[in-house]
Amino acid sequence: MVTTTAELAEDEDGRARFDALIAADQRIEPRDWMPDKYRRTLVRQISQHAHSEIIGMQPEANWITRAPSLKRKAILMAKVQDEAGHGLYLYAAAQTLGISREEMTAQLIEGRARYSSIFNYHTPTWADMGAIGWLVDGAAICNQVPLCRASYGPYGRAMVRICKEESFHQRQGFEILYELSHGTPEQKQMAQDAVDRWYWPSLMMFGPSDDASPNSAQSMAWNIKRFSNDELRQRFVGMCVPQFEALGLECPDKDLRYDEETGTWITGEIDWDEFAAVLDGRGPANAARLRHRREAHDDGAWVREAAAEYARKQHDSERVAV
Amino acid sequence: MSEHSGAHGDVSVDELTLAEELLGSGTTATPPVAEYAMRLGDDALILSQQLGGWISRAPELEEDLALGNIALDLIGHARALLRYAGTASDRSEDDLAFWRDEPEFRSCWLVEQPNGHFGDTIARQFLFSAYQVELYQALATSTDPSLGAIAGKAEREVAYHLDHAAQWMLRLAGGTEESRGRITVSLGDLYPYVDELFEDDELTDRLAGVAPRPSSLRAGFDRTVASVLAEADLETPAVKPARGDGRRGGHTASMGYLLAEMQWLARRHPGATW
Ligand SMILES: [Fe+2]
Ligand SMILES: [Fe+2]
Repeated sequence: MVTTTAELAEDEDGRARFDALIAADQRIEPRDWMPDKYRRTLVRQISQHAHSEIIGMQPEANWITRAPSLKRKAILMAKVQDEAGHGLYLYAAAQTLGISREEMTAQLIEGRARYSSIFNYHTPTWADMGAIGWLVDGAAICNQVPLCRASYGPYGRAMVRICKEESFHQRQGFEILYELSHGTPEQKQMAQDAVDRWYWPSLMMFGPSDDASPNSAQSMAWNIKRFSNDELRQRFVGMCVPQFEALGLECPDKDLRYDEETGTWITGEIDWDEFAAVLDGRGPANAARLRHRREAHDDGAWVREAAAEYARKQHDSERVAV
Repeated sequence: MSEHSGAHGDVSVDELTLAEELLGSGTTATPPVAEYAMRLGDDALILSQQLGGWISRAPELEEDLALGNIALDLIGHARALLRYAGTASDRSEDDLAFWRDEPEFRSCWLVEQPNGHFGDTIARQFLFSAYQVELYQALATSTDPSLGAIAGKAEREVAYHLDHAAQWMLRLAGGTEESRGRITVSLGDLYPYVDELFEDDELTDRLAGVAPRPSSLRAGFDRTVASVLAEADLETPAVKPARGDGRRGGHTASMGYLLAEMQWLARRHPGATW
């Protein structure tokens, strides 16, 4: 591509405005000039986030038809449906950066896109519904509340809507676990087992330690990211400790301790090899998640084609009528 | 679809706690009213259970949301109706949903027909919602205040369900050759279960004033269906009605699987709360 001097001058103006907006902690909007890398970073992050919401429906949708009471069934349906809504808001936010939903869907289905590794674990019992709500949605809240102030306007605004619902998600998860841990011995064991399964993976949701996280520094400079991975993980652990007590469940991290001097929680060793393996596609459910999404997409192809064809015919006949 | 997502897309947990007037609070249903409420409640419960199976599997995200909304509305109706039905025998909504055996369920055969593909689900929904619109409109003026309140709230919601399904009937019938072929077959497969919805029996005869006679709802249903099918350029299927037996506890082969899945966990833990 040939770049003219006029375009270069425009770029320079745009860059100056962009830098000023970031320095003043103001929002960047879709029509504003932005560096290519900023755009690419956001497209990657927002679409991964959208995919996570969509793939994240599966482990819980799995229990809708088996929920043990009508109230729980209703709440779980509402929760999983919220996640579909989150996916939609986020795809819409990414679309403002010039990528289409079809392209993002294709990236996901063809295994070219990432989504949160946490959803590559299975949900063998009802208590997993509690553990996911409490720990996974809880960790998501810690990660996402600061994103409400992300410099890119449509992303920040989508996150405001999403965060409101996430706190309900966490609460219903906590309630599920509370009922179980105060129920029969079998129910309590079910709750402990589920928490044992999800606790460490939820700590991994914050990503590797700051020194091992390559994109963090740039994202912080651009006001996309506000706190480091370790800071957020800290905050999450601090939230969980008293809640473990309220639940009467044991924290699987036997080495967890509070450091009086720094006022921080020191966690035991996180198994980053496991994290890397799941991220690399070798988790227990990676293959199942992609297959489920692809099958839903393929099974629905004839429906989407019908809707598109119908809309086209309607459009044509309207034009004739005018 | 999209114009409804604003009204229906933001379900919060607070809306899921049943409104006071729907709890049948204080009132105990008489045995015949309880039996009637159970029929309606079971219809809503079984269809909600089926639609819940679509969530995460729909042809597009918007439909995960829409089918989820319909399932949520229906489970809301089911809870209110079963709770009221249970007052006659001191049983909770969960006692009725999870601890009755198949012959005790009073749901019609249409709602227990398998999800099949999206067209099957839409055809089932279209026929059933067209019936429910007539039903709840008439029931809203019931002399039984609890049934009247439940119907009054459900009336608006089932009108949305019907609209959603009718839109898809038009899209599928007027879309591609494949979709037209499929929805034609779906409609023919499900139409035999329509007659059961409009059968009067001893119970509905006894409940004059409390509940509309099912046969009195048929004309409105036929008008709705005929107008949508005319717009979709589809024929009313010329199929023989199945001798549905759901109101007396007889069910088709798919019901056993559906209940096994729905009740399994609750039944493994007798006496537990969740
Ligand atoms: Fe979410
Ligand atoms: Fe969530």
